[in-house]
Amino acid sequence: MQTHKAKRVEITIEAVMQSRLTDALKDAGVTGYTILPVLGGSGRSGEWSRAGQVSRAQGMAQVICIIQPERLDALLEGAFAVVERHIGVVTVTDCDVLRAERF
Amino acid sequence: MDQILSLAATNLLSPIILSFVLGVIAALARSDLSIPEAVAKGMSIYLLFAIGFKGGVSVASHGVDLTLALSLIAGMALSALLPLIAFSLLQIMTGLSRLDAAAVAAHYGSISIVTFVAATSVLQSSGIASEGYMVAVAAAMEAPAILSALWLISRGGSDARRMDGELMREIMLNGSIVLLVGAFFIGGITGADGLAKIESFIVSPFQGVLCLFLLDMGLVAGRGLRGGGQVMKPGVIAFGILMPLIGSVAGLGVGLLLGLSTGGVALFMVLSASASYIAVPAAMRVALPEANPSIYLTLSLGVTFPFNLTLGIPLYVAVASALTGG
Repeated sequence: MQTHKAKRVEITIEAVMQSRLTDALKDAGVTGYTILPVLGGSGRSGEWSRAGQVSRAQGMAQVICIIQPERLDALLEGAFAVVERHIGVVTVTDCDVLRAERF
Repeated sequence: MDQILSLAATNLLSPIILSFVLGVIAALARSDLSIPEAVAKGMSIYLLFAIGFKGGVSVASHGVDLTLALSLIAGMALSALLPLIAFSLLQIMTGLSRLDAAAVAAHYGSISIVTFVAATSVLQSSGIASEGYMVAVAAAMEAPAILSALWLISRGGSDARRMDGELMREIMLNGSIVLLVGAFFIGGITGADGLAKIESFIVSPFQGVLCLFLLDMGLVAGRGLRGGGQVMKPGVIAFGILMPLIGSVAGLGVGLLLGLSTGGVALFMVLSASASYIAVPAAMRVALPEANPSIYLTLSLGVTFPFNLTLGIPLYVAVASALTGG
């Protein structure tokens, strides 16, 4: 089956910044994304878990989007402006999609 | 003094405080006891609705007067001014950076609605009446402290992308405030008739739900203490106990000046003494992401909240009773 090259961007970010990030992605021309809850983890800021949080302050979320390679720079620029000062991880990987026109 | 000790003893041996203590002990002992997230959220919605509704009904029964407006203004002023005191105190007592000190200060100008709910429960158990509109004062005291903390930072010349319209909207319309104020208005509009229709739901189960909610808060506080112990230096912990006392004195002065009832003065003291751990931490993560959340969350939730819940509330109620002759 014919597949097309695309970029998969995963951004793990503080829950309080999630809507700001998705707004930035839309401004950068991203047409779709998926948001996943993050249960817990460990990193430079120490270990944390979603369990027992009374405030959104310590929650994390992951935003995943798949885009055509030529739109990657604009996306990263927009996303970086939001995540720059915050806890989070941004990764970019190559992937293949079946219906390129959707991205 | 006897009155304070007696009230403190009664408070410490009440089901709500013992439930909280159980939660703290379970968390410190690394028990797997936990309250499901959705259940905890449901209980907080219930408590906010019940306390807001009952406050509205009380206002409907006693009417609206000038003191209500003055209390709201005084509450907002206290919320804006307390962070300035807290910030100065932190700079004297602790080695916290300017950013961390400002973030902590914001928490101490804002309020803890759970402490407020627990205090109303203690007042009710002691048969002490309070002004129903103190619920509205609690809601009004949430946000000004955040603005004061951001002002403290911008005054220090720190680069600032601190406050935007979106953050302001999130602060003013956070779920707790909307529910509390909304229920307050529903209670005010429907009055005693409305209360009679849902009394079996929002009055009788209240204490039991509060027990379970405080069990969960105890678990959260205990986990916070366990995890945040390394950032809690003696000066920081001392601040977490001294600041509520200073805040309560400010609340006492305002309550007496306004001529509030014994319960009203006690609640003003509680609001001024309590520290936020829901709305303000989220706002600080957006506006001051460089500030260390372990410090302000552990201090607010692990030190000040348990202090207020166990010793602070009976102390404030006793002082208010002694000075108002209640």
